[in-house]
Amino acid sequence: MDIDLITNILYAMVRTGTPLLIVALGELICEKSGVLNLGQEGMMLMGAVIGFIATLTTGSLVLGFALAMLSGVLMSLIFGLITQELFANQVATGLALTIFGTGLSAFIGAGFVGKPVQGLDPIFIPVLTDLPLIGRMLFGQDLLVYLSFVIFGGVYWFINHSRAGLMLKAVGENPDSAHAIGLPVFRIRYLAIIFGGAMAGLAGGYLSLAYTPLWVENMSSGRGWIALALVVFASWKAERVLLGAWLFGLMSILHLVFQGLGVAISPNLLAILPYLATIVVLVMLSRDKLNNRLVAPVSLGRPFYAKS
Amino acid sequence: MITDSSPLRLSLRGITKRYPGCVANNKIDLDIHAGDIHALLGENGAGKSTLMKVIYGLVKPDEGDVLWEGEPVAIKDPAFARQMGIGMVFQHFSLFDTLTVTENIALALGKEAGDLPSLAKKIKAVSEKYGMTIQPDRLVHSLSVGERQRVEIVRCLVQDIKLLILDEPTSVLTPQEVDTLFETLRQLASEGCSILFISHKLQEVKALCHRATVLRAGEVSGHCLTENEDAASLARMMVGADTPITATFAKQFGTEPVLQVKQLSIPSESHFGMSLKDINLTVNAGEIVGIAGVAGNGQEELLASLSGETLSPPGTLFFKGQDVAQRRPNHRRALGLGFVPEERLGRGAIPDMSLTENSLLTGFLMNLLRKGFVHWNRTRNFTDRINNEFQVKTAGREATANSLSGGNLQKFIIGREILQQPDILVAAHPTWGVDIGAATAIHKALIALRNQGAAILVVSEDIDELFLIADRIGAICDGRISPLTPTEHASIEIVGRQMAGDFQAAS
Repeated sequence: MDIDLITNILYAMVRTGTPLLIVALGELICEKSGVLNLGQEGMMLMGAVIGFIATLTTGSLVLGFALAMLSGVLMSLIFGLITQELFANQVATGLALTIFGTGLSAFIGAGFVGKPVQGLDPIFIPVLTDLPLIGRMLFGQDLLVYLSFVIFGGVYWFINHSRAGLMLKAVGENPDSAHAIGLPVFRIRYLAIIFGGAMAGLAGGYLSLAYTPLWVENMSSGRGWIALALVVFASWKAERVLLGAWLFGLMSILHLVFQGLGVAISPNLLAILPYLATIVVLVMLSRDKLNNRLVAPVSLGRPFYAKS
Repeated sequence: MITDSSPLRLSLRGITKRYPGCVANNKIDLDIHAGDIHALLGENGAGKSTLMKVIYGLVKPDEGDVLWEGEPVAIKDPAFARQMGIGMVFQHFSLFDTLTVTENIALALGKEAGDLPSLAKKIKAVSEKYGMTIQPDRLVHSLSVGERQRVEIVRCLVQDIKLLILDEPTSVLTPQEVDTLFETLRQLASEGCSILFISHKLQEVKALCHRATVLRAGEVSGHCLTENEDAASLARMMVGADTPITATFAKQFGTEPVLQVKQLSIPSESHFGMSLKDINLTVNAGEIVGIAGVAGNGQEELLASLSGETLSPPGTLFFKGQDVAQRRPNHRRALGLGFVPEERLGRGAIPDMSLTENSLLTGFLMNLLRKGFVHWNRTRNFTDRINNEFQVKTAGREATANSLSGGNLQKFIIGREILQQPDILVAAHPTWGVDIGAATAIHKALIALRNQGAAILVVSEDIDELFLIADRIGAICDGRISPLTPTEHASIEIVGRQMAGDFQAAS
């Protein structure tokens, strides 16, 4: 393999992993607060379709991404209302949200299938872009990829070094104690849910406005679900989420590369690779049973009732 | 000494809080002076917890006024209470296991916590000043229960505190740790901090507190100076005039070993658990063996291996000479085991199921099954027998287990096991959270079962209870069991040292 091919693979790896990274970071924050939202796939699809329509009709990418995030937030507020105010089961509500989002996005987007839109262009950072191997990967991407770096850095710092992150972890571990020492459990959980929605919407927008600038029904093709698995197997650690998302990206690209190189394996089998490899690697990372009990948010999926 | 001339710090006037179906607090008045150590006495369900939650802003009263240093205030939430200088040490600690001591304290302090390194220094300084050494960078799950309590207390002390509320703080401590705690509290009070000490242990209240307010069934049944009262008069105020409150039981010794544990070691499977180490224990027919200990020293693991939830290596556990180490719980029950688990809801009973269904759960050997089908009539009769003989207060046998108060559910579970006439009964905390009258009834039932020749093992954190009913007594500490001593020759001091791991104390 020559160096150009590797450079290109690394570039495509990050690009392909970006939507997964964004949605998984959103879910990571959400789960840290003890809320399990299985609606990622539905929120992503709503973000994708709304963002696409907004950009197609107005020509503004900024408006497209803004509305993509907003639609993710609105979807997550439905989830928040049902699970936090009405104490419905989080798993069932999340599943319903995905089914709802899948159907509604297909309905709204029916008239827009196959229409082209001018997608996001890469921004080349002078000099750095020309670095061998990693130049294109880290410095020749579009704005959203750079933004995903920023979001990753922010989430990592937030969880590990900020006071608010400490509060988030406390609420996820033991909401009753958190309430007893005076932390606003509901507000923290709502904010976490909203952040998760915004990130899912943004990731959806990335799919339909940058990654493949068009709208196809069900175009997130299971990334929301992979993101959920990613967060668990990453042991709720931001750096492992990044690793898993990029690994998924790498494997997605490799199967195209293998086909290009004429490897005699059925393309259908190769298409499984990203899902399989991501899960296998993260399972191996997280096989320490004792450690897992320490990292998982203890109250994950359990409703919290403030008794008064 | 505190006199009435000390300024009033907190006054409650006519506090009333109603819950559906009961009045938890009815027109409660309470005055706490500066530097006063004030006891709030009462049985479980008397309304102590509700009242203290009102003071700490966790519960809003339906009626009544709260006066803080003479000014009326509405304590809207715990954050507001803390700002005023009210701190609270919870019975079930409000700490986060996966965070360090410093992080836990920083969470409660809010923005005033400052950066973590300087907070850690402050924590160290405060903890040393009050004789409660803690290491700020330890993860909370690695701390003992006593150490966790210190973290809770230090968390209150690092801020400017004027009223410290402690909810049953001694239930998790060894007698020696209790002495240390009392020293700290006296030091605090001498510096002008008021202390509200919630308890149902009369001796402690007499030893520590200046004044007491006694609650009964949601109402104040008396205010008093503790020096003018004795334990019996305080108990009388707690339970009312017509409940028997004392009993003594003759000790007796069995000879025929029925339950034998031989060199049992089980390594713990989790970070939060305790390994059992080389446990040897024999319980004879016709005696009660009591095991004291601070929670988290291996009681849970020992109970699980006796009940059969955890299997043990062959040759370590015998019922009537038969090796049952590899037998499942149902098999052990068929061999004559009765079991009262620590956790009532979830282990002892299924919360959402009716009492009838719950009585079938362990009572199925009482001829309640017919060719694999449930004999519901017999099951209902069995349930009624439990409810009648053990005076379980319930809406009826179809009431769900979680609709019963803790004490009533305990009576139901104990009754269910005792009526099966087991040869071996293993009971964890048999009277935890049960009122004095019911506790006496449960003790009598255990003694009656013993007199019929059953071998009984009682694991409890309540030393007084063990001295009352056990014929031989020992302690569990760090996964090991001390040698057993006949209760007549044991003293609270010796058992206390055994609870702290000093097993030489017996000889």
